[in-house]
Amino acid sequence: MVTNMKSLEELKAIREKMQSQIGLRAEGDTQTRVVVGMATCGIASGARPVLTAFSTLVQEKNLTDKVSVTQTGCIGLCQYEPIVEVMEPGKEKVTYIKMDAEKVAEVVERHLIGGHVVEAYTLNSVDIK
Amino acid sequence: MMTELSLNVLDVAENSIRAKASLVCITVTVDTGADLLTIIIEDDGCGMNEEEVGRVQDPFFTTRTTRNVGLGIPFFQYAAESAGGHFQVKSEKGRGTTVTATFLLSHIDRMPLGDISATIHTLIVYHPDTDFLYIYSYNGASFTLDTRQFRQVLGDIPLNAPEVSGYIMEYLTENKLEADKGAVY
Repeated sequence: MVTNMKSLEELKAIREKMQSQIGLRAEGDTQTRVVVGMATCGIASGARPVLTAFSTLVQEKNLTDKVSVTQTGCIGLCQYEPIVEVMEPGKEKVTYIKMDAEKVAEVVERHLIGGHVVEAYTLNSVDIK
Repeated sequence: MMTELSLNVLDVAENSIRAKASLVCITVTVDTGADLLTIIIEDDGCGMNEEEVGRVQDPFFTTRTTRNVGLGIPFFQYAAESAGGHFQVKSEKGRGTTVTATFLLSHIDRMPLGDISATIHTLIVYHPDTDFLYIYSYNGASFTLDTRQFRQVLGDIPLNAPEVSGYIMEYLTENKLEADKGAVY
């Protein structure tokens, strides 16, 4: 229990540090939304490391003002999990399929930072019609 | 099938959140002397009536509309029962649901626990409006993470703020290491 007490002290320090910055973060319409499917189908196919990779990279690359990472349930395309949807304001939604941590790094680099959709990993790249 | 029990926990706890729980308690207890791993997921969500409880173990029962199979509970049950353990769902309409799974630690078909800290972290950070009480115990050495306590310290700073998210992950991994001395199981 001693370790817990010490840890809460650290949390207090974080609060004090952050209180000065609150309100500075941009939110809402200008943000790109990254949504990871986290239902049974997604989790079983590896969605947890995909979600973790996105949030870690978004933080590391200082994209937290521009990009929000959230999760959702099953969207009914279980065979293509892990599925990630990227929604940029004013643009059509991009659906990435069969994602893993390596592909995430590429999507962050080329799409979220570079502005170019990584076509090879999208749902459009497979023929489902 | 899930490749780690911690993924079953993540999946089944999502049901609690969908059931509008305000508090989800997750307990992971290891007792190597008794050769037992016990995982309990308890919520104060909307609960189920007797008929629904009977049906959640049926893979072809689900409340969702995007597909008509629900494998979360059957996967978890299968993982427990194929590892010499037991599985139970208790629920009361309007009161909440408790899922209990036990596993024989030494059973050859027991899936590894996996990255339980990542599961708890994911649950907390991506459901900032739900409270979580996590109790991890290894042969009597234990630690607790209570988001209600964290909130008290944090005031209006959300649990999913990047700095806080990083802190939560460190809290989980450091305290787990302290409790189980890095045991892999």
